[in-house]
Amino acid sequence: MSRVEMESSVKPFKDVDKSQILKLIGNTPLLKVELFRDEFPEVEVYGKAEWFNPGGSVKDRPAFNMVKEGIKSGALRPGKVLLDSTSGNTGIAYAMVGAALDIPVTLVIPENATSERIETLKGYGADLIYSSPMEGSDGAQRLARKLYEENPDAYFMPCQYDNSFNPLAHEKTTAVEILEQTDGRVEHFVASLGTTGTLVGTGRGLKKNKPEVKVHAVMPSEPFHGLEGMKHIPSSIRPGIYDDLVHDNLILADTESSYDFAEKISREEGLFVGHSAGAALVGVREVAKSIKKGVIVTIFPDGGDRYLST
Amino acid sequence: MSVVVRIPTPLQEFSKNRETVEVEGANVKDALAALDTECPGMKSRLYDEEGKLRRFVNIYVNQEDIRFLQGEETSLNENDEISIIPAIAGGI
Repeated sequence: MSRVEMESSVKPFKDVDKSQILKLIGNTPLLKVELFRDEFPEVEVYGKAEWFNPGGSVKDRPAFNMVKEGIKSGALRPGKVLLDSTSGNTGIAYAMVGAALDIPVTLVIPENATSERIETLKGYGADLIYSSPMEGSDGAQRLARKLYEENPDAYFMPCQYDNSFNPLAHEKTTAVEILEQTDGRVEHFVASLGTTGTLVGTGRGLKKNKPEVKVHAVMPSEPFHGLEGMKHIPSSIRPGIYDDLVHDNLILADTESSYDFAEKISREEGLFVGHSAGAALVGVREVAKSIKKGVIVTIFPDGGDRYLST
Repeated sequence: MSVVVRIPTPLQEFSKNRETVEVEGANVKDALAALDTECPGMKSRLYDEEGKLRRFVNIYVNQEDIRFLQGEETSLNENDEISIIPAIAGGI
């Protein structure tokens, strides 16, 4: 069969603009947080409830944006498989987008990802390759890169850690929504660092429109931590998209305090959030303590249901 | 018993970049104490102030989670392999 015949026999992707489920990405609720009201009565705190995205996390935004750009540029075309390293939310987002658009998806995922994550990925039909649990997300990243380099024509690799369309998704959507939902009143933005796309993109988008907004990044306080989705940047592969000039402040969150805040907001306010949201709340409290008065917005990247087995 | 402890990358600063460390111990508790002697500072990363294993720390003996065995009292055999694995995978 000639190359033309092969390409024409390959199943085309579905039309991005016609997907009902993908249209639901973004425009998530902004919820008022009462957790710190007694301690800091003049500080208003709001959280973007990103688990309302159809794939269940904030990662729907960058995953969809990277895929759309791949299709537009031709780098992702029928016959190719979407390949990336991810132990969780981005993988679920890719798997959902892939299922919605008929794009085959293969993900390199550390063996110690939670069972909820693994079963969700399989539920969307993604193929999984397991990397060493001893090497975490860096190990998955290295293995995915190796697989890609062995057979580059077979794959489209979005590279969420290095792809500028990751933070751009947040600059164009998350930041815009926050400004609209707070009627421009946002003064401080707090977000956890993982790929850093949320912090960098949202921070840029907010500062472009309101330069006086202060951006606060939250990072695990030590290399050995239990905060899924977050990266202790000094001890790991530095994401290519990370721009430390975007944030005005870096706050360290320990695992136990983060878990405690996630549990507290679930039980006291009915916001069943994940562990990185707990870390964001550690950051929010530090900012509230420092400013005493003002409007803080943070991101709750996903729901607590992704962490039931941990 | 002489056993091998597999050290996850974020803790290798304490093991002088070794991926595995051999220690002696009759059970997991003893082996981890011996690990701290061999690799000072390890204990403070694995245990909380009350002396309990931190919530996100999973310990496996030959691929079995000690939560489903006898916890830190799980007894060890010669050449058993203990793995320290955080309950996350840097899930992004």
